[in-house]
Amino acid sequence: MSEAGGVRRLKAGSSPHIAASLTARGIMAWVLAALAPSLLWALWNMGTPALLVAAGSLTGAVGTEFAWNAIAKKRHTLGDLTAVLTGVLLAMTLPPYTPWWMAFAGGVVAIGLGKMLFGGLGWNLFNPALVGRAMIVISWAGVLALQPNGGWFRTLGMEGVGELDAVSGATPLGLAAADRAAAGGYGFQTSSLYGDLLFRNLSGSIGEISAALLIAGGLVLVAVRIIDWRIPAGYVGTMAVLSAAFGGDPVFHMLAGGLMIGAFYMATDYVSSPMSPNARLLFGVGCGVFNALGRFFGSMPEATTFAILFMNGLAPMLDRAFVPRTYGWVSRSE
Amino acid sequence: MNLAYVRFRGGVHPPEHKEATEGRVVVRAPVPERIVVPMSQHLGAPNEPVVAKGDRVRRGEVVGSVEAMVSAPVHSPVDGQVAGVVEVPLAPGLRSRAVEIVPDAEQDLDSFVTLERSEDVKAVVRAAGIVGMGGAAFPSAVKLQPPQDMRISTVILNGCECEPFLTADHRLMLEQPERVVRGGRLIRDAVGASRVVIGVEDNKMDAVEALRAVAGDDVEVAALPTRYPQGAEKQLIWTLLGKEVPKGKLPAATGALVHNVGTAAAVADAVDRGKPLIERIVTVTGAVARPGNYLTLLGTPVSALIEAAGGLVEPVGRVVSGGPMTGFALGVLDVPVTKGTSGITVLRADQVPPEVYGDQPCIRCGRCAEACPIFLRPYAIGIFATGGDWSRAEEAHVLDCIECGCCAYACPTSRPLVQLLRRAKQAAMLKGAKQ
Repeated sequence: MSEAGGVRRLKAGSSPHIAASLTARGIMAWVLAALAPSLLWALWNMGTPALLVAAGSLTGAVGTEFAWNAIAKKRHTLGDLTAVLTGVLLAMTLPPYTPWWMAFAGGVVAIGLGKMLFGGLGWNLFNPALVGRAMIVISWAGVLALQPNGGWFRTLGMEGVGELDAVSGATPLGLAAADRAAAGGYGFQTSSLYGDLLFRNLSGSIGEISAALLIAGGLVLVAVRIIDWRIPAGYVGTMAVLSAAFGGDPVFHMLAGGLMIGAFYMATDYVSSPMSPNARLLFGVGCGVFNALGRFFGSMPEATTFAILFMNGLAPMLDRAFVPRTYGWVSRSE
Repeated sequence: MNLAYVRFRGGVHPPEHKEATEGRVVVRAPVPERIVVPMSQHLGAPNEPVVAKGDRVRRGEVVGSVEAMVSAPVHSPVDGQVAGVVEVPLAPGLRSRAVEIVPDAEQDLDSFVTLERSEDVKAVVRAAGIVGMGGAAFPSAVKLQPPQDMRISTVILNGCECEPFLTADHRLMLEQPERVVRGGRLIRDAVGASRVVIGVEDNKMDAVEALRAVAGDDVEVAALPTRYPQGAEKQLIWTLLGKEVPKGKLPAATGALVHNVGTAAAVADAVDRGKPLIERIVTVTGAVARPGNYLTLLGTPVSALIEAAGGLVEPVGRVVSGGPMTGFALGVLDVPVTKGTSGITVLRADQVPPEVYGDQPCIRCGRCAEACPIFLRPYAIGIFATGGDWSRAEEAHVLDCIECGCCAYACPTSRPLVQLLRRAKQAAMLKGAKQ
């Protein structure tokens, strides 16, 4: 701006001259805030081991994004908080006894392979946190399947199946699956676990500690329209229906495992999910179908991870199949 | 008033910022030292000056006209002497020939040279130089002659004023509702319609009441949900009639004809008082010392109008002719107020979104598509436009874009979406023209 010869020159620019206050950084901050109660509750209950996992995962994710941009001489992008969110989400999908270096490696792979290699924010086909988790699951399957008995963990008072602990794990879902395989039915009342799963489940991943806190955070995100209700509704609804159809306890299957964190925080990732409303609903339903199939008929206890990753791969096609009608493009009989 | 209270799909609701001026009674802006009357204040063929340097002109006298169908003559808003024919910049960045007039020291702003009397409303509207005063500036007389095969059943008066900051229409409806209603009736009768509906956003219920008080039984006043761009023709027709304007057709295809409330008041003035369009209400608001609504002589330089409003309050971000969603940022302030100038919005530096360097990433959040009142996919078209893929942009119906700016407003990574869509539209139209 200058005043030369009495003519004031101003900066021009194209309309609109104002913008909504919600930025990408603001969106990520909302999601982090929604996750915070679960994470803090987990750290309070699980202590140092969980903290080490979170620290490892965050360092791996944030450090990789920083290093990538520095080496590629690109503008630094940590300020958008997406790498922080990836680190937190990855940590929450890992059990608290995961070695810190494993969580770190997961973070590196999540950002490096899952995001930056595709072109950075906005270009990745798959949810980066789940890419990191998938790598850990595939590389160190045995470690994750192990579930130390005792110490900071309770095993939900089911020592009766203790001999299975070392191989298939004592997560509620593991127990349910193993028990069903052995006896052709549940050896325990799934409903007896509702309270634990809702408020203080200490036998799963860090983020599975409280389904209630996850749901509350997720509903807040829906209410403030950060995430679209169609994805979690389609996902959780389908899981409930199919669980019942496959002979399971739908409430138990909605609360157990990574379903809530997957439905509210992973499947709703903007970049790797579809954009049009109908495609989003179908995307959620698809996640639910593959999650249920994996849980009831699969051999790995990672149904949520691979259900979402599989649907991530289909998301671009869903977007192409469900193009919204343009205003005025109606067949008129009048 | 059996009108459905429904909302069109899409749109955004920016902070309204109307409190600064909505309570300000319209006052007259001072007569400036020089008046510059552009020959092109409307869409369509520019006028030819019919006066020359040294001529005396009187308030209301024609100073520019042309025979073309899509045009509107321009009149002198003052008694004065023609200083010459000059070239001036206009708000949209174009230039126009203009007649420069030095006003006499003594002005009688209550009188003017009246228009020739006529029973034909369309002829009076044309002679008065009336154009769409909501901003589009399309010659109103042309709109009053819809194609033969289209029957107009409903005249809609647009009192939405959905742009943030602007309150000129609000004050007009509040202070002179009878002129608005009278204009609506005149337009209704001129096109043989049976119904007049005035649509007003529900953030101006006082205006709704004022209009209802004078409307009588034959004019409906509808309070509509406050949401930008409710005042866009297609959205307004949808909200009031539940009809979509079919692609490639005129809004008249739905049986509706939309005129701005300011235009209606100007029609009433032309018919009842023989008054040509020589002044209009302009909201001057934002970062100025005395925000308000000013009855402004057309051709008043924006700089003089800002001075009348007490001057700029630094630091200034942008001076916008019109509202912040669709207005034009002015590079210089010696631009004249024209028939389509609804307001001057001065934005503080911190109100203007940061200038974006390089290509901002699309995070695929879908907010642009959710905000698009035409149900386009701005994210996709934006990416096609970035890559110069004009045919795919066209396949994605970019030509239907109404350039309301909702997509760019809503984008959390500040992608210049509507700008990319405009570029794609131009390229697609250019391609069409070559074929």
